Amino acid sequence: MTTPSTPADPAGTAPAGAAAGAGADQGAGRGTGAGPDTGTRQPVLEATGIRKQFPGVLALDQVALRLYPGEVHALMGENGAGKSTLIKVLTGVHPADDGTLLVDGAPRSFADPLQAQQAGISTVYQEVNLCPNISVAENILIGREPRRFGLVHWSALKRRAAELLTELDLDLDVSTPLGSHSLAVQQLVAIVRAVDLSAKVLVLDEPTSSLDREEVAQLFTLVRRLRDRGVAILFVTHFLDQVFELCDRVTILRNGRLEGEYPIGELTPVTLVQRMIGGELATLDELSEKAQEEAAERVAGEPFLTARELGRAGSVEPYDLDVHAGEVIGLAGLLGSGRTEAARLLFGADTADSGRVTVEGRTVSLRTPRHAIARKIAFCSENRKAEGIFGELTIRENIILALQAARGWTRPLSRTKQDALTRRWIEALDIRPADPEAQLRNLSGGNQQKVLLARWLLTEPRLLILDEPTRGIDVGAKAEIQKLVARLAADGTAVLFISAELEEVLRLSHRVAVLRDHRMVATLVNDDGVTPDRILATIATGADS
Amino acid sequence: MTNRLDPPAGTARGPMLKRLAGHRLLWPSLVLIALLLGNLAFTHDFFAVRIRDGHLYGSLIDILQYGAPLTLVALGMTMVIATRGIDLSVGSTVAIAGALACEHIATSSDPDGAGTVLTAVAVALGVAVVLGLCNGLLVARLGVQPIVATLILMVAGRGVAQLITDGQIITVTSDKYHMIGGGHWLTFPFAVLLAAALVALTALVTRRSALGLLIESVGGNPAAGRLAGIRAAGLLTLVYVFSALCAAVAGLMISSNVNAADGNNAGLWIELDAILAVVIGGTALTGGRFSLGGTVLGAMIIQTLSTTVYTLGVPPETTLVFKAFVVIAVCLVQSPAFRARMPRRRKTGHPRSDTTAGAAGRQQEARA
Repeated sequence: MTTPSTPADPAGTAPAGAAAGAGADQGAGRGTGAGPDTGTRQPVLEATGIRKQFPGVLALDQVALRLYPGEVHALMGENGAGKSTLIKVLTGVHPADDGTLLVDGAPRSFADPLQAQQAGISTVYQEVNLCPNISVAENILIGREPRRFGLVHWSALKRRAAELLTELDLDLDVSTPLGSHSLAVQQLVAIVRAVDLSAKVLVLDEPTSSLDREEVAQLFTLVRRLRDRGVAILFVTHFLDQVFELCDRVTILRNGRLEGEYPIGELTPVTLVQRMIGGELATLDELSEKAQEEAAERVAGEPFLTARELGRAGSVEPYDLDVHAGEVIGLAGLLGSGRTEAARLLFGADTADSGRVTVEGRTVSLRTPRHAIARKIAFCSENRKAEGIFGELTIRENIILALQAARGWTRPLSRTKQDALTRRWIEALDIRPADPEAQLRNLSGGNQQKVLLARWLLTEPRLLILDEPTRGIDVGAKAEIQKLVARLAADGTAVLFISAELEEVLRLSHRVAVLRDHRMVATLVNDDGVTPDRILATIATGADS
Repeated sequence: MTNRLDPPAGTARGPMLKRLAGHRLLWPSLVLIALLLGNLAFTHDFFAVRIRDGHLYGSLIDILQYGAPLTLVALGMTMVIATRGIDLSVGSTVAIAGALACEHIATSSDPDGAGTVLTAVAVALGVAVVLGLCNGLLVARLGVQPIVATLILMVAGRGVAQLITDGQIITVTSDKYHMIGGGHWLTFPFAVLLAAALVALTALVTRRSALGLLIESVGGNPAAGRLAGIRAAGLLTLVYVFSALCAAVAGLMISSNVNAADGNNAGLWIELDAILAVVIGGTALTGGRFSLGGTVLGAMIIQTLSTTVYTLGVPPETTLVFKAFVVIAVCLVQSPAFRARMPRRRKTGHPRSDTTAGAAGRQQEARA
């Protein structure tokens, strides 16, 4: 099953056990225009009128969702639309303030995730929540180990785990530690564990955001196999093409409300995005043309920063790079190719063990981030949660932090100044909620990213290093960040832009440095001749053809 | 999803009450008030404060005075815990500071001279700075886990204190030294004024400068702090030195109050009381946001508890068990998870709320 089902039959691939035909109220009042047939099919999970209020934010209001056995159902929406909250409500992490939840037609309420699991709903989150130091087998069956004489029956445990993997056509040595496998395999193991826990509903929250192409294909194979076994799969992602490739139906949320429920066949990528953002798609084409025109002139002057033979054993081989004021340099390469590692050396986040760096002609030492910040270099890490945000602190405190750290604790910014700066950046970047005293952990990913950008823009950097600034954030915020980068460059800031999306890199960059196997293999001037295909070829062959 | 949340407290009672209900110091305050009222039930003149010889006397004043050293130790501990650390060595520092000061005064030719007492205080505080620097060096520069780093001084420091006192209890007769922990000034016990002044000064410095924010950042997310350009090593060293200084002042108070230095027992287990005070006050052991007001309330709760044990005449052998039960109760009352459970438990006995919500849901469904 590789093509979406027909609009009239939202769960057409359901196993024989379930009655055929779509639900009676399928499209009524939701503008989907689904088929008129009034079958008796019952959703395995049906939520209606869900409402969830957080302090200061109405996260969900009158949201509904229906999952049928044997379908892959996409949950789409911008950051902050309420996708994560809805999942947390469905899986018992947060109680809903109002609304009903029916599982197999019976009303249920979950006080905690365990109850949801027992009712047949389990979740695999973006970050794998398993223990990397114990074996694959233990991770799959932890908490449900087969026992003999009150002790763990180790051989039965391994046998059972191996059976589960074989059933799903996965070939793994179950006695190896989980941490020795790639992130993708860990994710598959997490899914196997979740499915063994409860085979009715599987929620996948952004499972593909850190996987490469092949790994995604592997994941999809597993998801399709589960669907064919009658599992209802709720799939949350930002990748539009994955939705069209994998899903049967789509539920779209906007600003905490239900926008609609559609069979995938009724949507095109453009209409899907329009429904998500509720307006016309911002055009970014003008950006790319300008970027290409100006490429040549930007590179002409003296470089702001030069790196010569800069490298670090085991992380990135020595590379040369010149960065000019007002220039956007894209770093392209596969995950793990050394993109991030190369950038971290320029910020002193990791210490280089070879080579030298000059800033404005003077040799400088960049052993710690403080050195780099003093040279007007700023860096937004790809790992927003672990290396970026202070969730407990407010938006204001997060925004002023880098500037305050540079000044030292004895020279505090006055509260008036802090408030003024915060207000200015909340407005300039359209950060929501626009409350300077809101705790950062309550913001959506895209808004947290904007706060981090504000933190660094406050320090007026000459070189801004952005590592995957648009990963895991929605289309609208993505376009805003891309525009911001273009504007900053036009105002004379140099930007080092790292992204896994080649189209995005090409749209913004004046030059593109390509990395492969921890080595910088080429630096291309982004003219008409540079296409994603050419960069892919460079990555594949290790040389510019 | 048939679980309706309780209506947010105070919606009907105006925004003032609502703000109060959400305040982080609400629960520690309520616990303290409850403990004090509990005492009033047993001791009718518990709240009575008299003036005798121009000095204030009464149970409340006693609690403030005997609670002053614990408040100071907890004050230092708060800053350490805010950086995601812990300082187990404060009890030993209390003993060392008291021993050094008393030893200096006892061996001096003029035990009541202002110079002698000032030198004694200076020696004690100076050595405390060195002890704090040791802790800070181990944690900030060598990356030793705080609990291990300070455990070293906790064990070794107790030995050092015994060496200083030769294993004896050193008694001193110096009115000027007695002033620190047992004297009065402006009708108030001097120790209370000293502790209040140090708390106020700490609050002023941490909140008026950016020190508080940077400490909370380092404790809240050390990796992000490093990338934001915060110099964590300096801050960490600073908080351990501050903690040792606070402990040393507490040590001076304790030894001065009894006119003696006891290397074995002075400040014994005070580190645990201090940690408890910090936690009761709402500062998490995982670092980040700290609350000095909460810590003061926490220290007062613990001291009130100790006083209660004495005034109630709880038999000495059951004192610790009694204290343990109250502490468990206090911690449960403060725990949001526990409080959230209580109403929910009751609710499961009320099928009515389920059916009403369910009906509402079905109505919506029908409309859709």
